[in-house]
Amino acid sequence: MTSDLFRFAAPQAFFPLAGKLIPWFSVLAGVLTLAGLYVAFFVAPTDHQQGEAYRIIFIHVPAAWMSMFLYVVMAGWAGLGLALNTRLSGMMASAIAPTGAMFTFLALWTGALWGRPTWGAYWVWDARLTSELVLLFLYLGFIALKGAIEDPARADRAGAILALVGVVNVPIIYFSVQWWNTLHQGASVSLTRAPSMASTMLAGMLLMALAAWMYSIATTLCRVRSIILGRERDAEWVRMTKEQMRAAA
Amino acid sequence: MLRASAFIIRRELRLALRRKGDVLNVLVFFVVVASLFPLGVGPEPNHLRAMAAGVAWIAALLAAVLSLPRLFAADYADGTLEQMLVSPQPLIVVVLAKAAAHWLLTGLPLALAAPVIGLQYDLPTDALGVLLASLLIGTPVLSLLGAAGAALTLGVRGGGALLGLLVLPLFVPVLVFGAGAVTSTLIGINPGAHLSLLGAFLAVSSLIGPWAACAALRVALD
Amino acid sequence: MNWGSLNDFLAMGGYGSYVWGSYGVTVLCILLEILSLKGRKEKR
Repeated sequence: MTSDLFRFAAPQAFFPLAGKLIPWFSVLAGVLTLAGLYVAFFVAPTDHQQGEAYRIIFIHVPAAWMSMFLYVVMAGWAGLGLALNTRLSGMMASAIAPTGAMFTFLALWTGALWGRPTWGAYWVWDARLTSELVLLFLYLGFIALKGAIEDPARADRAGAILALVGVVNVPIIYFSVQWWNTLHQGASVSLTRAPSMASTMLAGMLLMALAAWMYSIATTLCRVRSIILGRERDAEWVRMTKEQMRAAA
Repeated sequence: MLRASAFIIRRELRLALRRKGDVLNVLVFFVVVASLFPLGVGPEPNHLRAMAAGVAWIAALLAAVLSLPRLFAADYADGTLEQMLVSPQPLIVVVLAKAAAHWLLTGLPLALAAPVIGLQYDLPTDALGVLLASLLIGTPVLSLLGAAGAALTLGVRGGGALLGLLVLPLFVPVLVFGAGAVTSTLIGINPGAHLSLLGAFLAVSSLIGPWAACAALRVALD
Repeated sequence: MNWGSLNDFLAMGGYGSYVWGSYGVTVLCILLEILSLKGRKEKR
């Protein structure tokens, strides 16, 4: 049974599997997004303190969750590649990074737009936003390092080491930023203290988070197919696949 | 193993002292950067005193990042690093010794230059003492984690800036705890907690940094 | 239902620019990502 699954560790076998899975995850993402948006705008009530501006959390919180989750998953794939010396693992890590970085940016952007009407400033150096900013730098560093090394095998392994160091340090960084924040804050302004959660608000956030997760899987699978075609371009199966794709187009 | 590390440290120091300019550059850079901040934000003494810890630490981070590319580059270029890899000495000994030498040539001088910052920013003596302590505890972290960054970017284009991008986010805890220790002294709080956390992070980095550096060196030399 | 009219929905209690600025940029980012993935595929 497990040997069947291990078959998919070969890029050649994974490529068509990924292709078949993408539509499913895309549809799931779409449906969950619609459900989440419906709850976000038509079910969840207005917040007493923050008015309608709080509805930004239905993007901000899921985006922040995904940015952290994807980093861990990315580091996991990278570590797997380092330990087992599998090419596909490194490719998966590369495929996840841009989506992770995008969610980090969205968390920062929406955090700023939420902060302005609620606390008066676009950027407040609170613990979560500052940690998200550092996380963005970690993503960009990973992408930059991979991009700067020409040999793909070396790039994968160097990136893996960086990602593993990052994933160990992220909790430490987060803790240190929390610490820094409580040291320097007089008033307890917390951008992350969401309005007292009505269960509908939580439901909305969870739906959007699941939608983001499905979306990330779909984009990662799509991107990894692209990466596979590029890296394995000398293989016969790639040449045949490209011809088939061209014929179908 | 101790003999090997002592040998490597002595070698690094000897090579560095042949080009004293490199070591002095780092120090001068540190002082220059620290001198620029008042020019940028104004000479108001209370502002400067509040900023002093952050400025000193950021200048230290930048100075460290500047000097890190050189950690492995020369030995990589002339093949010495490869010899070190195949020698009977475990690679981690080489990495630790190089990091120690780097600290002796960068971190330690920076810490000893702290009184200059104290003078420029009018730090009270107790805060200055804490700054010195935080630099002494924290700068080894820069060498240990920095070694990993230097190994990862060995021979890679965009080396210096890329190294900075990779390594500066990892230094955030050092900055927070190191500068925080001085700031809390200034407002009358005991800096013990900060310094302990800094020490704890030093312990963690002394495990992660060398491991990552060894792995990265092997990747670079394969 | 929370909204009296389409206008109320768009205005978001006065916070329209912030809310739609957030959702809008999100949609934009997602579109950009999808387009760039499609572009990679067709470049073969």
